[in-house]
Amino acid sequence: MTTTTLGAPAAPAPAPPQPHGPAAARARRKRVLHWIAVHSVAIAVALLFVLPFVFVFLTSVMSDSQAMSGDLWPDSWHWSNYKTVFETPGFLDWWRNSLLYAGLGTLFTVCSAIPVAYALAKFRFRGRRTAMLLVISTMMLPPQVIVIPMYLVWAQQFHLSGTLWPLIIPMAFGDAYSIFLLRQFLLTIPKEYIESAKVDGCGEFRTMVKIVVPMAKPGIAAIALFQFFYCWNDYFGPQIYAAQNPGAWTLSYGLESFKSAHSVNWNMTMAATLLVMAPVIVIFFFAQKAFVEGVTLTGVKG
Amino acid sequence: MALTLSNPARRRLRTLGFLSPWLVGFSVFFAYPLIATVYFSFMHYNQIKEPTFVGLRNWTYVFEQMPLFGPALWNTLWLVVVMVAVRVVFGLSLGLLITKIKTGAGFFRTAFYLPYLAPPVAATVAFVFLLNPGTGPVNEVLEAVGISGPNWFNDPDTAKPSLVMLSLWGIGDLMVIFMAALLDVPKEQYEAADLDGAGAWAKFRYVTWPAITPIVMFAVVTGVVQTMQYYTQALVAGKVASGVNIGPGSVIQPGYPDHSTLTVPQLVYQLGFQNFNTGAACVLSLVLFAIAMAVTLLLMRKRSGLLSAED
Repeated sequence: MTTTTLGAPAAPAPAPPQPHGPAAARARRKRVLHWIAVHSVAIAVALLFVLPFVFVFLTSVMSDSQAMSGDLWPDSWHWSNYKTVFETPGFLDWWRNSLLYAGLGTLFTVCSAIPVAYALAKFRFRGRRTAMLLVISTMMLPPQVIVIPMYLVWAQQFHLSGTLWPLIIPMAFGDAYSIFLLRQFLLTIPKEYIESAKVDGCGEFRTMVKIVVPMAKPGIAAIALFQFFYCWNDYFGPQIYAAQNPGAWTLSYGLESFKSAHSVNWNMTMAATLLVMAPVIVIFFFAQKAFVEGVTLTGVKG
Repeated sequence: MALTLSNPARRRLRTLGFLSPWLVGFSVFFAYPLIATVYFSFMHYNQIKEPTFVGLRNWTYVFEQMPLFGPALWNTLWLVVVMVAVRVVFGLSLGLLITKIKTGAGFFRTAFYLPYLAPPVAATVAFVFLLNPGTGPVNEVLEAVGISGPNWFNDPDTAKPSLVMLSLWGIGDLMVIFMAALLDVPKEQYEAADLDGAGAWAKFRYVTWPAITPIVMFAVVTGVVQTMQYYTQALVAGKVASGVNIGPGSVIQPGYPDHSTLTVPQLVYQLGFQNFNTGAACVLSLVLFAIAMAVTLLLMRKRSGLLSAED
């Protein structure tokens, strides 16, 4: 089968030695047919998942005129489309703004979520359950519910509309989703580690920094990744606060205007689309484990 | 140690210290704006002149007169029901498939997961291109096999189903969650069912399903909450598919084609930030909030693993 060349080393699991005879042969045939059925479906579905990327890429290297046709395969390869995209006025600013938003936002979120998650997971105090319920309620709240008063505060009191700061600053004050996820992770750290640190004379803060944070690295990595992606992908936030100032646009927000600037030039739009997807996909391949761990943390553990 | 533990006041202070970022954030970025939203819902306020009290007029306006409220609510509920149901069924099917794959499991997992990572705006723009009726690759391929493809994002009847297809492309998160849940089902139970001569369906019905019900519940509830916020994909799909030039400052009617992709959050944005009808926008926000809270309470009641492990 061609699939064996595509990835993991696992071979079709050979069962323990089988007795010979017609019954065993039938069982073996059934297993083989099952293997073929499962893998055919898997290949078909995988094609459906991968083909959009392929079509987007193929169009991104077409000439302007060919991109307007229905052709699927480029006649000639125009790598310079990518250069044109980078030279579009504003494109590099959008990159910088996206990195600033996602970078600072992630840093702030992680620093503020650690102590809160630690307290919610390991301290016993009255109102702990209520606090947890409030965190979850915040997490479930559609951002549109509170956006109007928040916008009015940032625009009228602080005159920060037209910048990304109204999106970045709140992240220094505990993002509910990150707190929730990290708390779920911290619950899995045995009490004994924390108690023995205290016996050694560490205060709570030192215990957190010296013992809990190193042990919680996978959890912290997961919330950092999620937050980075959240900021990178955010469209609603930049639309509210940065729409009127193209100098503050992010890639996710700017991409859509790219289509109108290049009107019918799908090739340029598709090149820009791939350039917006690229960073998250590259990060994923470097941090695959932390990612999958984080996703399962949301639903399964706890 | 004895000193810190024996002193309740000090301990409380320490707890407050650790919680302080969130306490500030919760009051300033959650409680305050929520109260302000309620306040503005009873005010006439165009964001220039001082707000004036108008009683329930914003509420009656939204529920009785606003022409777009009906379509927006309908679209949001349609998406909540169809998109969540289809996503859960598809996510579970893929989870089952991936646990049966013996060769190349890593490759398939990555292939199924990767599109989930595509930024929503980029994924949407890509799908509008793939599904564009004239020259899009999907309709080209369909034509090659003799089918004349639909108009996808450009037809009110197929615009929402196209958004559902887009959401299925990004099924990766659900797939991983279901996969983990399926791998947690004790193997002995399947072996016992085998001994009883149970078929594939019986095994799923009586062994797999009871074990994964909490996760399915979790997926449904979080799916509902997420879909109620559905904004970016619907907005971008409508804008890009309409082909209207959308420079800053230009006001376009959201929900192209024919309001079929207009969702409640889009209407909040339109009312609050394009029409400067703060009061009506806040009424709509509160409608969203009420539905979200109802779903959240349901989640708490059913627990679904969210609040467990209080150690």
